[in-house]
Amino acid sequence: MSFPVQANGSPRAVPNSEASFFWRKLSEHRTALWRLASIGLFFLVWEIAGRIPISFAFPTFLETLRAFVTMTLDGSFVAAYAETLQPLVIGIAISAVIGIGLGIVMGLSRFAEWLVAPVFIVLQAAPMAALIPLITFVYGIGLVSKTLAVIMLALPVIVLNGYKAVRNANPSLVAMCYSFQGNLWQRITKIIIPDASPVIFAGLRLGLAAGFIGVILAELLITPTGIGDLITYHRSVANYAEMYAAVVSIILVSTLTLAALEAFELRVLRPEKRKS
Amino acid sequence: MRNITAQAASAAAVAAGSDVAVEVRGVCKMYNEVEALRGIDLDFPAGKLTTLLGPSGCGKTTLLKIIAGLIPATSGEIRVNGQTVTGPGPERAFVFQDFALMPWATVMRNVAFGLELKGMGKDERQSIARKYIAEVGLSGFESKYPHELSGGMRQRVGLARAFAVNADVLLLDEPFSAVDEQNRRKFQEDLLELVEKEKKTFIFVTHSIEEAVYCSDRIVILSRRPGRIAQIIEPEIDRTASPDAIRRDQGYLDTVEEIWQGLKRYVD
Repeated sequence: MSFPVQANGSPRAVPNSEASFFWRKLSEHRTALWRLASIGLFFLVWEIAGRIPISFAFPTFLETLRAFVTMTLDGSFVAAYAETLQPLVIGIAISAVIGIGLGIVMGLSRFAEWLVAPVFIVLQAAPMAALIPLITFVYGIGLVSKTLAVIMLALPVIVLNGYKAVRNANPSLVAMCYSFQGNLWQRITKIIIPDASPVIFAGLRLGLAAGFIGVILAELLITPTGIGDLITYHRSVANYAEMYAAVVSIILVSTLTLAALEAFELRVLRPEKRKS
Repeated sequence: MRNITAQAASAAAVAAGSDVAVEVRGVCKMYNEVEALRGIDLDFPAGKLTTLLGPSGCGKTTLLKIIAGLIPATSGEIRVNGQTVTGPGPERAFVFQDFALMPWATVMRNVAFGLELKGMGKDERQSIARKYIAEVGLSGFESKYPHELSGGMRQRVGLARAFAVNADVLLLDEPFSAVDEQNRRKFQEDLLELVEKEKKTFIFVTHSIEEAVYCSDRIVILSRRPGRIAQIIEPEIDRTASPDAIRRDQGYLDTVEEIWQGLKRYVD
C-alpha cells in the first residue's frame, strides 16, 4: 500500500517545475488577485450597462474614467476636496475625542451609562438627513452647520461602540491588573483601552464612513460646496460622466481613508495582529 | 501519609506550627442566597505547597480569590504574614486559570507587567523578567505574542509573571486545567523544581487528585457546597525520587485512592 497516491493520473501528480513556480507566485498574491478581479468584473458590468444603455443619464465606465482623469488634472478635485474635507476633518476629530471619551466613561460608570446612552441610542436610530434642515435653521449655511452634520452622524456610532467595548473588556485581564495592584488609571490605560481598541476602532471606522455621508448630505442639502457642488453642478448641466466621476472620487477617498485608519490601528495598537 | 480527619481537622489546621504564611480565620462567603464557604479556619505553612482540592462548586477557587483579595469575604478574615488582607498586595501573586495574558503584549512585557505597574524602569524590569522567563524554560520566546505559544507555554508566562514580582505567596488557580495532559505532567515536574528553588509559599487549587498528591506537601479537601474543610492530608512523599518513581510509589497510589474514596460521595 505504499505507492504514491498521486501517481494515478492526477493532474497535480508531477507538476511541471516552471508552471509550479508560476502557480506558487500566483497563490502568494491570491487574495489581492481576487480583489482586483472583483473590481475588474464590477467595472466590466458597469461598462456593459452604460453601453446598453440602461439610462441616458448613466455614463459608461470609460467615459467616467476619462472625466475622472480630466478633473484630477485640471485641479477641480483638489479645490473641491479642500472645501469638503474641512468640516469632515473637524467633525471627525471632535466626534473621535468626545465619542471615545464618552464611551469610556459610560463603559466604566453605570450612572453615566443611564444618563447618556439613551440619547445616543435614539440619535443612532434617528434619520439624520431629516434633521439637517433644522441645523441650517439654527446655525445657518456655514462651516458650523456642516461640521455639526458630520458630528451628528459620526458621534453616536463612535460613542456606542466605545461604550460596549469598554463594558465588555476581558474581566480576567482586569482582575489580573487589579491583583498586581494596578491603580484605576493603569487599569484603564494599560488594560481596558488596549483590550477595547479593536471595537473602538471599528466604531471609528463606522463613524468615519458616517461622517462622509454627513458631509455629502450637508453639501447637497445645505449649500452646494466642494464635492457636493461638483455633483450638483454636473447633474444640472447634464455632464453625467463628470457627476459620476465626482461620486466615484468620494467613494475612493472614503475607502482609502478607512483603509489607512485600519492600517494605523494594526500598526500602533495591536502589533500581534500584524504577524498572523 | 498523615491523615487528619474532619473532626480533628480544624484543630490541626490551625496548630500547624511555627512558620505560618497565610492564616484563614472564620471565613464565610455568601453569593446572594447561596452559601459558598462556611467557617473556614486554615493555616498555610510557609515555604510549602498546599493544595485546595474538592468537588466542583465547593468554593475552592472562591477561597483562593478571597486570599488573593480579589473578592471580599462575607465574614471572617485573612492574614498574610500577620497582616489582615483588604485587597491585593505585593506579598501575594496570582496565577490565573485562563492565563490572563495581554494578547497585544509580548512574553517579555507580559512577564514584566507586575513590575511595570509598580513603576519600575524598563531596563530593570526587563532584566528581572528575562531571568524568570529563563527559569520557566521560555528563553528565546521573549518577543513572541501569547497566540504564538501553546497552552502550556502561556501558563509558564503566567507563572513567570507571578514570580517576577517576588511575592512570598503564590496563588495558583487551576493553573493546568487549560493545558493538555502531556504538557501538564512536564509542567508539574518543573513546578516542583521551582517550588524547591524559590522557597515560596504556594497555594494551589485543582480538581485533579493525582496532581494534588503529586505536587503537594499538604492537601486540604473541601466538602461540597457550602464548602467546609473535610480532611487534611499530608502525602509525605519522598520528593528526591524521580518523577516517574513517585508516580509508581505505593504511598502515592494509596494516597490518591484514599482521597478518591473520601471524595466519591460528593460526586453525583
